[in-house]
Amino acid sequence: MLLKHKATGTLGRAALVAIPVAFLGLFFVYPLATIFRRGLGGSFPTDVLFDRGTLHIVWFTIWQATASTALTLAAGLPLAWATARVAFRGRGLVRALVVVPFVLPTVVVATAFLALLPESMQRGVVPILLAHVFFNVAVVVRVVGGYWARLDPSLWDAAATLGASPSRRFRELTLPALRPALAAASALTFLFCFTSFGVIVILGGPRFATLEVDIYDLATQTFDLRAAAALSLLQLAAVGAIVAVSSSLEARAGARLPLAVEQLAARRARDWERPALVATLAVAAVGFGLPLAALIERSFATANGAGLAFYRALGRDTPSLLVAPWRAVEYSLAYAAAATGIALVVGALAAAAFASQRGSRWLDTAVMLPLGASAVMLGYGFVIAFDTSPLDFRDAVWIVPVVQALVAAPFVVRILTPAMRGIDPRLREAAAVLGAPPARVRREIDLPLVLRPLGVAAGLAFAIALGEFGATVFLARSDRPTLPVAIFRFLERPGATNQGTAAALCVVLMAVTVLAVGIADRLTSRRGAF
Amino acid sequence: MRRAFVVATAVAVAIVGASIGAAAPVARSVVLVTHDSFAISKSTKAAFETQSGLKLRILQNGDAGAALNRALLTAGRPEGDVFFGVDNNLLSRALGGKLFDAYTPAALTQVERAYDLDLSHHLVPIDHGAICLVYDRAWFAAHKLRPPYTFEDLLRPGYAKLTVVENPATSTPGLAFMLATIAHFGSGKAPWTYWSRIKRDVLVTNGWDEAYNAQFSGSSSHKGKRPIVVSYSSDPAAEVYFAGKPRTQAPVAVVRNTCFGQVELAGILRGAKNPDGARKLVDFLLSQRFQAGIPLTMFVYPVRGRTPLPAVFMRFSPPMSSPLTLSPATIGANRDAWISEWTDTVLR
Repeated sequence: MLLKHKATGTLGRAALVAIPVAFLGLFFVYPLATIFRRGLGGSFPTDVLFDRGTLHIVWFTIWQATASTALTLAAGLPLAWATARVAFRGRGLVRALVVVPFVLPTVVVATAFLALLPESMQRGVVPILLAHVFFNVAVVVRVVGGYWARLDPSLWDAAATLGASPSRRFRELTLPALRPALAAASALTFLFCFTSFGVIVILGGPRFATLEVDIYDLATQTFDLRAAAALSLLQLAAVGAIVAVSSSLEARAGARLPLAVEQLAARRARDWERPALVATLAVAAVGFGLPLAALIERSFATANGAGLAFYRALGRDTPSLLVAPWRAVEYSLAYAAAATGIALVVGALAAAAFASQRGSRWLDTAVMLPLGASAVMLGYGFVIAFDTSPLDFRDAVWIVPVVQALVAAPFVVRILTPAMRGIDPRLREAAAVLGAPPARVRREIDLPLVLRPLGVAAGLAFAIALGEFGATVFLARSDRPTLPVAIFRFLERPGATNQGTAAALCVVLMAVTVLAVGIADRLTSRRGAF
Repeated sequence: MRRAFVVATAVAVAIVGASIGAAAPVARSVVLVTHDSFAISKSTKAAFETQSGLKLRILQNGDAGAALNRALLTAGRPEGDVFFGVDNNLLSRALGGKLFDAYTPAALTQVERAYDLDLSHHLVPIDHGAICLVYDRAWFAAHKLRPPYTFEDLLRPGYAKLTVVENPATSTPGLAFMLATIAHFGSGKAPWTYWSRIKRDVLVTNGWDEAYNAQFSGSSSHKGKRPIVVSYSSDPAAEVYFAGKPRTQAPVAVVRNTCFGQVELAGILRGAKNPDGARKLVDFLLSQRFQAGIPLTMFVYPVRGRTPLPAVFMRFSPPMSSPLTLSPATIGANRDAWISEWTDTVLR
């Protein structure tokens, strides 16, 4: 009996690993290897890598990402605490709203920043860092908050009873307990900022470039594929190193505290918590609210005063897009739903593999790499790798959700791995001793405990797929644009109607995001309550 | 949990399977590969499809530079049959890449000689336009300052910090404007002297949409502060057409002496799956029907002679008679060197 379980365990583990490996191999490694081989042609690009200009760009890329990550953590933690530990009316809405900036096209947000910031601050490092915080606070709130919400509060109560001050409880209990989630959120934020593109192009101007920006210019404007491939490899290597470090931190911090079901953790604000909650929400309302309000205002500001003209234009044919604009909602939803499905399958299998055996760190790193790959090189790779039968996928509709899932899967892995590691093995052992077969253990022990993080992961994956632009714009067919692609097409054209339609589409994108994330949260948190 | 995975996998496989089925290429279709600024009205597209019996599919592969580079990358195994959107600035790169098969459409006789830039007819002209300094009329009226008339005006007192230009390394209009200064000042040191004198007064953006929609004060978004921008000669017509209400005057005007001519060409991609359909499509791009639709869809001008222009164009953006130009060969030979000279002069 025991032997048989062990055998299916090994086989099952191999199956767990096989699907993510095959997915990454076919849709990530193969296209990138194809474009790198074309670009480099066998010679090692020492000249490009050790060029003074390259070193300068690498240095800027690293330090701005480090600074952005630190600021994002500082800005996101209070909000993560508020949405995880305090029960207040509208908590679910705040949780869903936080994701909105994350899906907005960077061009739109950067332009909104230009409009809000005083002229002396429009260009340079300050606006870049501010915009990075604005975009990535969602990652901290969702990843850290989702984990925080499931830490059993009885420890904190015990510490409080024993006389530990709030600050001591935070230092000695909260921070160590949150370490796995903090490591995951920092890694994701860092990667996003490390590969930042739209924010840098607009708020940095021509004097600032990250590796990603330089690769884009080399690949699409100068057409120096050799240099583009060399810098892409450099970027991937850097990302690989960062991920390896962060996942080893995360694994070492591996939850020693038992996780509970969320509803136990949050309760009404008491004494000092009340002003802290109010202050946190007020700061968030201003920081998020102002740029978003500016966008919303623009969508109603027609030539004849406030009105719905730009929303009505969504249903009409226009020379600026090959289909009526509202169709982009349909395509976005379909692509994002498919991408979420793929990312959940791939990501959950990979996370299950990591949680059950610690030796698979190379796969852990591999799953994260798509976040660090240059979108344009991956796009070019798809175009030349999949051009002949039986791999003739250039026209296939499903290539879009596949590439979106590549970007979303790392989030699923990062959210699920700490949660799966955190399941107390004694629970499983107890169930097994009581005679539950492995399938039942998974269904009745693992699933309920993982359901809430699965919902968080699904919501975030969906949001990422909705907002993904860099690779989607490369592969989505022009008669099937997603919302960000359609917004971009309108922004590229002059005239009030085009700019207004872009603003209206942004508002639609925000609404769709809040709805989708809210639904994912609600579905999973209700059922998680037993 | 494993069952959940099985179900989810099955769903994903079903989605993928269904979409493979849906994506099977239509037997009789022709594919146009182009850039993001390409546009065609539904009725014109339908007219082509009825007349040729072919379904027209359009692939928009980024801005003009990105779309061409992607075509070069897939040379010989093209993503479609016809490529539209090589301009005079990129012509030498496109021809050097052996991307196209030669074809001389009958309608080419209707096109003015000046636009026929590739005499081997691997590429044939479809539309033309111009990149110019464009200014905000209301701003100059309110500040009682004479609007600019020439390049040299930007050096005059009162013009400090009024202008937005795009980076020629990353933007097609930016490249055209740099070429305009070279065409105007000559190819020696003079253009760089000019640029070094104005560099403190111009704001450089990486792309046109930031320059026009966020930094320029005259666009309908009203977000910017600077009243002069490098943009398209058709902006006055576009601003009136897309204003959302009737206007008797355009909010922006063009500095005609600073315009650099742009011609966009199309060709049949070598290795096209449907070369016969490709020829029909090129013929159609030069037909009266398509040419007449060019102004109000792409906001450039038809190359075919005697094509009527819409009233909004005649009134607010009449065609440019003789803009500044440089030969495609000159541009091809010097483009990269000029861009680095510009970068060293303006950004360092």
